[in-house]
Amino acid sequence: MTRNMGALVDITKCIGCESCVVACRLYNGLEPDPKDGDRPAQGGNIELAPNKWTVIQSHRIKKDGKQIRRFVKQQCFHCLEPACASACFAKALQKTPEGPVVYNEKLCVGCRYCMIACPFGILRFEWDKPFPRVLKCQMCLGRLTDGQMPACAGVCPTGAITFGERDKIVEEAKKRLASNPGLYTGQIYGLEEAGGTSWLYISDVPFEQLGFKTDVPKKPIPEYTWQVLRWTPHIFVGWGALLTGMYLYTKRRAVVHEEEGMYAPVDDDEK
Amino acid sequence: MQKKNWTFRITGFRLLLILFVITAVVVSLYRFIFGLGSVTNLNDQWPWGLWIGFDLLCGIALAGGGFSTALIVHVLHKEKYLPIARAALLTSLIGYIIALVSLFLDIGRWYNFWRPFFYWGYHSVLFEVFWCISLYTIVQIMEFGDIFFERVRFPSLKKILHATIPFWLIIGIVLPTLHQSSLGSLFVICANRLNPLWWSMIIPFFFVWSAFFLGPAMVTIEGTLAARAYRRTPELPVFSDLTRVTMWMMIVYLIVKVIDLNYRGVFSQAFNGSFESNMFLIEMIVFVLLPIVMYALPGIRNKLWGVFTASVLVVAGVVFNRMNVVFTGMAKSAGGHYFPSDWEILVTIGMWSALILIYCFVVENFPIIPKEDLVSHESSIAPGQSVQT
Repeated sequence: MTRNMGALVDITKCIGCESCVVACRLYNGLEPDPKDGDRPAQGGNIELAPNKWTVIQSHRIKKDGKQIRRFVKQQCFHCLEPACASACFAKALQKTPEGPVVYNEKLCVGCRYCMIACPFGILRFEWDKPFPRVLKCQMCLGRLTDGQMPACAGVCPTGAITFGERDKIVEEAKKRLASNPGLYTGQIYGLEEAGGTSWLYISDVPFEQLGFKTDVPKKPIPEYTWQVLRWTPHIFVGWGALLTGMYLYTKRRAVVHEEEGMYAPVDDDEK
Repeated sequence: MQKKNWTFRITGFRLLLILFVITAVVVSLYRFIFGLGSVTNLNDQWPWGLWIGFDLLCGIALAGGGFSTALIVHVLHKEKYLPIARAALLTSLIGYIIALVSLFLDIGRWYNFWRPFFYWGYHSVLFEVFWCISLYTIVQIMEFGDIFFERVRFPSLKKILHATIPFWLIIGIVLPTLHQSSLGSLFVICANRLNPLWWSMIIPFFFVWSAFFLGPAMVTIEGTLAARAYRRTPELPVFSDLTRVTMWMMIVYLIVKVIDLNYRGVFSQAFNGSFESNMFLIEMIVFVLLPIVMYALPGIRNKLWGVFTASVLVVAGVVFNRMNVVFTGMAKSAGGHYFPSDWEILVTIGMWSALILIYCFVVENFPIIPKEDLVSHESSIAPGQSVQT
């Protein structure tokens, strides 16, 4: 049985061929935009969309005085403790034991709090539909339960995506960094971000130059909320008791008004 | 009270408001058929816009007059403030209904709105907000039922309701305390998204505290406007007296804000000249410091124009704060662009027009506002003294 799977993207190996993008679209049955035509590849700087669960973004960077180009595969990071799932009050987003964070449209209310919550800004909403869904990469949960790897990882011709149990993936990433310290920056993006994610990245260019959000807290995001939310029952009981006490105490001192008869409807006809 | 027929006089102004409401209804229907994207400028970077930011967040905050007045008048039994109690409750109730309607308009899969009641996503702040707002709206309807049955005679029901009123009152303060703060807690999750000038682990405190101190100011504004509309004497002594509550609470608010900024080491960010820092300074100086000073000066707070102007600043300040949290503070991390479309604005105008219309109808048909002959000597009644009619 597959357990807590993960993926490693080695940015030094990605050539931006967009095979993963096509595989994702085919496996998940995502209709291309009519305006994109039949082109399978999008040629770089495309944003995630309800029908684009993974995209390749190209970045032109100066490194050692030379202009170089790097490609970043974007998709949901599948946090170990996802903010979106903690934000959902209908349990439409859930972290599965296999690793993927998946969306169940039957439960979704469409409030979009998950989109506010996501520290990476990944989720997309079908703004043009009367009953819109929140869509994002599902990490091909169906393939995972069959013991296969996600569609995108399976087709990558350059080995830029390595798939496996997350613990092993982390080891692999560390091994690569150690084996070639001159090439890599030494950082594993996703190891600690938002408490750790199922998708990890290593690169030879600093992540902030590749459009990664580098201000994501190391603490699991749901913990912030829970620190506040766990006071709720105490406030409910404590504040309720205090109010009742004050009510009874001051009531004894105050002469009770006969409220009825004090008020009357405003007579608007006089004007 | 003698029986009389339901009345609602139609004036030119009211016709205009009705027109706004009809427009909003038409736009809403269009939105339900063709989706949110067809009428709003919302996008993936800005999933929440005018309806959530203004109608819901500000609507609920402005309805804070309901629970702060209930606490002052009914729990602390400061009965010199009784004249404004029912009007505050009414505005609050209508405010909540409008907020709920806005929410319903804004959610994409609205036929699923009941799901959170049965799927216990208790780890979500929205879960608490949703439960509390729904329950509190019901509680307010119960509280209002006590008034409703003074007009619509139904003795047995009224008796039951009247006997249980203390329960509804207490629960009707606990619930809004929880969800007013939870509306702030919603943004705790935006740890790396909301600008640190507004993001804080104690943002729930700031939200509930400001919703509470806003109450008396809101009561002052609506009391003054209602008095003008119905050509009655405004309850100026009550307004002036209530400013003490708001003033002291705002002073505490300001002190806690400064301590919080220092504690998190972001105090200097308020003066770094960025757009966010300027908006923050405006919020603090114009909408917090200035009203505190105005309330502190007897020459201003004891005059109708003075107490009214300061109260407008307080209310505008809370709205300004919520807008800063939802828009200003999120702009940098969200990227992209959002400004409400004309349709969104029309729906919002329609919502608030409906609020005014319902307020007028209820006030003209139910015993909400003190009888005219009482008003003149109301201020001379000492606390605890019984009102003879």
